[in-house]
Order: sequence, then C-alpha cells, then structure tokens
Amino acid sequence: MTSATEDTGEGDGRVHLRSDHPIYVELHQTAEFAELRSKFRRFVFPATFAFMAWYLLYVVMSNWAHDFMSTEVVGHINVALVFGILQFVSTFLIAWMYGRYMEKNVDPLARDLNQRYDERIASEGLNR
Amino acid sequence: MSSETLSTILFIVIVAVTIGITFWASRHTKTAADYYAGGRNFSGFQNGLAISGDYMSAASFLGISGAIALTGYDGFLYSIGFLVAWLVALLLVAELLRNSGRYTMADQLAYRMRQRPVRTAAATSTVVVSIFYLLAQMVGAGALVTLLLGIEGEWAIRLTILAVGMLMIFYVVVGGMKGTTWVQIVKAVLLMSGTILITVMVLAKFDFNLSDLLGAAASNTGKGDAFLEPGLKYGINTTSQIDFLSLGLALVLGTAGLPHILIRFYTVPTAKDARTSVNWAITLIGAFYLMSLVLGFGAAALLNTGPESEVATSGGNLASPLLAEEVGGGAGSNGGAILLAFIAAVAFATILAVVAGLTLTSASSVAHDMYANVWKKGKASEKDEVKVARIAAFVIGGIAIVLSIFAQELNIAFLVALAFAVAASANLPALVMNLFWKRFNTRGATWAIYGGLITCVGLVFFSPTVSGPTGVFWTSVDFSWFPLANPGIVSIPVGFLCGIIGTLTSREAGDEEAYVELEVRSLTGAGSEKATGE
Repeated sequence: MTSATEDTGEGDGRVHLRSDHPIYVELHQTAEFAELRSKFRRFVFPATFAFMAWYLLYVVMSNWAHDFMSTEVVGHINVALVFGILQFVSTFLIAWMYGRYMEKNVDPLARDLNQRYDERIASEGLNR
Repeated sequence: MSSETLSTILFIVIVAVTIGITFWASRHTKTAADYYAGGRNFSGFQNGLAISGDYMSAASFLGISGAIALTGYDGFLYSIGFLVAWLVALLLVAELLRNSGRYTMADQLAYRMRQRPVRTAAATSTVVVSIFYLLAQMVGAGALVTLLLGIEGEWAIRLTILAVGMLMIFYVVVGGMKGTTWVQIVKAVLLMSGTILITVMVLAKFDFNLSDLLGAAASNTGKGDAFLEPGLKYGINTTSQIDFLSLGLALVLGTAGLPHILIRFYTVPTAKDARTSVNWAITLIGAFYLMSLVLGFGAAALLNTGPESEVATSGGNLASPLLAEEVGGGAGSNGGAILLAFIAAVAFATILAVVAGLTLTSASSVAHDMYANVWKKGKASEKDEVKVARIAAFVIGGIAIVLSIFAQELNIAFLVALAFAVAASANLPALVMNLFWKRFNTRGATWAIYGGLITCVGLVFFSPTVSGPTGVFWTSVDFSWFPLANPGIVSIPVGFLCGIIGTLTSREAGDEEAYVELEVRSLTGAGSEKATGE
C-alpha cells in the first residue's frame, strides 16, 4: 500500500497543497464529473433546505405555538413530544436515504473517476 | 460496600484499562499520520463509536437528563438540535473534508488559499473553541467526581481536576490519535450499555407505558401538564424566546464546525467510510438522546426534584446517577450502590474521553498549522512536527488545568453553548464557502473566521451572562447592552457576511484552477490521503 506520508520523504515535510497536476482539469471537464456533481447537489441541497426548514419550524412552534404544541394526542403524550420524536425519525430517515442515494448514483461515478486518476498517475511513474 | 468505595474501584479499573490501551497505541504510532489520524485505518463502525464517544460529553450525559428532570420538555429541545446538526455534517462536510484535508481543519482551507493567513486564523479558532469546550468538561469533572466519590472541599476539587488533566495529557502525548480513539470507543460502549440498562429499568417501573411515565413526572414535580409542554424555561418573554431560537441555530450549525469532530473524519481510509461513520454516529447519538428523555422524565417521576433536593442543587447533574441508585433498589441497598457506582464510572470515562479528544485537536493544530506550516513554512521534519504536537498537548493540557481550577464559578452549559456558537459562526462559514463557492478567497476565509469569532465572543462579553445582576464576572457593574445569552442569531450571519464581503473586496481573484482541483478531489477522492496500513 502506498503511504501518503512516506512519499513526502523524511526531512522535507512538504506542505499538503494542491498539486497543479493537469489531470484535475481534465477530469473536471468529463461528462461523468458533471453528472456526479449535479447528482450530488441534486440530493444534498434540497435535503439540507428541507431538514433546516423542518427543524426551524419545530423551534419556532415550540416558542410561539404553545397551545397547539400542548394538545394531547394519547394520554399524556402531546403534540410537542410527537413533533420532537418526528425530528429524530426524519434525521434517521434522511441519513439512510442519503447513504442509499449516494451508493446508487454517485459512488460508481466517483470510483470510475478515481480509477482514471490512479491509472494516469501510475502511467507517469510518479508517486502521487 | 458503599457506592463510593465501589465507584473508586471502578474508576481505578477505567484508569488502568485506558493506560494499557495508551501504551499499546504508542507502540503502533510511528508516522505523523499515525499520530494525528490514527493511520487512517479505523473502520466506519469503529469511528462511528469514537465520534459518539467524542461528542456525547458529560454535558450531554448528565446535563440533558438533568435539564429534563428540572425543566421538563425544554430540556429535550437541546438534544434535538444536537442530533439534527449531524445532517449538516453528513451532507455538507464529512466526505468532502475527508477527501480534501489531511490532519486539521485548516488543511482543507489551505488547499486553495494562501496558507499562512488561513492556517493562522483556523488554528486560532480551533484552539479557542477547544479551550471553551475543554473548560466546560474539566470544570464539570471537578465538581462531579468529588460528588460521586463523596469527597468534599475546594482542594478535593482541585486535585480531581489535576488528576483528570494529567491523565488526559498522558493519553494524548503517549497514545496520539490511536490511543485517544480507543479510549473514546471504550467510553461509547460503556455509556451506551449503562444508558440502555437504566432506561429499561425505568420503563419497567411503568410497565413500558411512556404516557404513564410522563403523567407521573408531571404530578411528582407538582408542575402538572406545563412540565410536559415547551416554555417552562424559555417561554418567559420575547427575549428568552429569541434567545432560544438563537441557541437552536448555534446547536444545529455548530456541530459541523467543531474541530475535534472534524478531525475524526481523517481517521478512516475513504470518504465512504466517513459517511458510514456519521451514519453510525447518528444512530448511536439519536438512540442515546431518546433514552435521555426517559432518564430525564424518569428522574422527575421517581426522585425528589424540589428546590432543596440533591438533583436541583447539583444543577441537574446528579439526576442520572441518583436515578440509577433509585431503580437499583434505593439508597442503602446493594443494587442501588452498584448501579450508582457504575453510572458514576461511566460519567468519569465520558469526561476522560472527551477531554483527550479536545486536547489532541488543539495540539494537532498548533503543531501542524502553526509550527510546521506558518512558522517553519512547511520545512519541518515529520519527526519534529510530532514532537512539537506532543509538547503542545502538554502545554495546552497544563493551561486547561490552571484555567479550570480558577474557573469553578463558570456555568458548564454556558461554556458548551459558547463553543458551539463560535464553531457555527467562525468555522462553518469558512468551510462551507470554501467547498461550494468558486470565487471564495484568502481574505474571505480569514474575515469569515475572525469576523465570526470576534462577533461571537464580543457579544457574549456584552451579554447578561457576563455583567449585571446575572453576570458571572461582574455583578456590580452592568455593561450588558446585548440582551441575549446566545449570540448565534447575530454572529452566524455576521460570519457568512464577513466571508462574502472579504472575498468581494479582495483584489485576489478566486483561483479557478485551484477550485477545480478542490472540487474534483473532494467529490471523487482522486489524490486524497491514503491509509498507512497495519
């Protein structure tokens, strides 16, 4: 296994910075990368907006919709408690959906591009 | 045997086990990647446990259930912010950071910015956030451990802080990230098993009927249904309501900017493992907070929580330990003593694991960002860098010990909220804009960090928590013109705004090629740091 620390060499402690390797620009221009980025953003941006709005709604309602939140649903369990538990449920759900979405739509593309990068670097006989 | 004796024995066992782990880890720590990132070789599940161990501090374990026991539903509000926050980390930060960074939060910014200014800024805010958080843990440790061991007096508290501090320095200096991670894993397992055990025992008392438990809590506290509704603590007036909104924002946006959480993403081999670790962390942390709900209301239902009670005078911190004693058979019984000692030991392990993670984070940033890159301009050898990290851990640990001894008066929840607010106002804007905004540049990054940091700390300085009748530092003078205790609602937008203004007023055009490289690397992992084997 190649080691990221070995190839910096003892003594020079080179700073981790962008490599300026032309392969990045080339990968950036591929259709696969454009697809990967748009698929990633198509999930992440709306999901972030949705859970933030849902969470803020909860905070605002806890503050300013006291009567509604105090309505009892079953026994001593009121809307506030159900709403709070639903925040847990939605968090679990989004995390699970994100994992599934990425595995299906994004990971294969990333693997492919990553492989192209590795092949290119190897063919140049460089260490990184 | 009394529970104090049992607790003492269990404390010694925990110390012995963790010292063993640390020595084992030190023998497997050779390179800088081993010291800072545990060789990047932990599995997603292991790292998920370690993240939970790093995140669920004594403030979560004892604080949230205590807050619920005393203020009812309003205590629950905290845990929701603490959990939902993980989605920000999962969706926007974890994987991209794993692919583009190396050891510290600053690495990711330094990838396309001028290194020295951004590293200085990021290291400053890393140390500030970590010190606030560290103080919260250690101040709590002093009060708590003495309480749990049944020893008293100012000197007992000071000696406890000293002992906890020295253990923490030992873990970090000797064991590095590997040692710290395993301490956190052990703690997470202990914490989860202890919490599950007490939760089941509490629920069994109410035939697993949650509604009955809530009803008993409402009637036992004498506060009735209001105890189960929001508003008991924050619903007093408009200021307290806005304060709560402000706190909610800082909680949900702070987690993904906490440096000690961010560096945990570097300890796994790939971005996909980083995702798996956050998913495990969400599962564990979520389950834990749901159980704290039972513990909190259980304490309210089964214990005396009146103003003179032990639960109330400890600020709620003793709610869980005393609840354990109660469900074990009550004070004086063997079962009660055993359970109380067990929960006390879990609390102790919790404190140790969290303070070790925080010290390691600060030390890494001082050594890797300030020493190796700002001062030595990247020409320090790996060996020297790790040596400096170890010295830094020693110094930071020492400072934390001294500060905590003199900061006994500080409120723990206040310090934790402040750490989250700084993380949300200074770190998160810089990280997110760096990842998603092409034009973002060096001045934008430094302005975002300093702007968010200064606004946040400044507003707290002029808040009623510092001066005036409710002030911690000055009660005779009052310069609290900022009405809120939580600055997030102002300082988070200021952090983003500073980043935007800084970027647009700088003549340095955003380097487009650098952004292209960052984007490809963060999304695909091409060229990212590899695991170092073993």
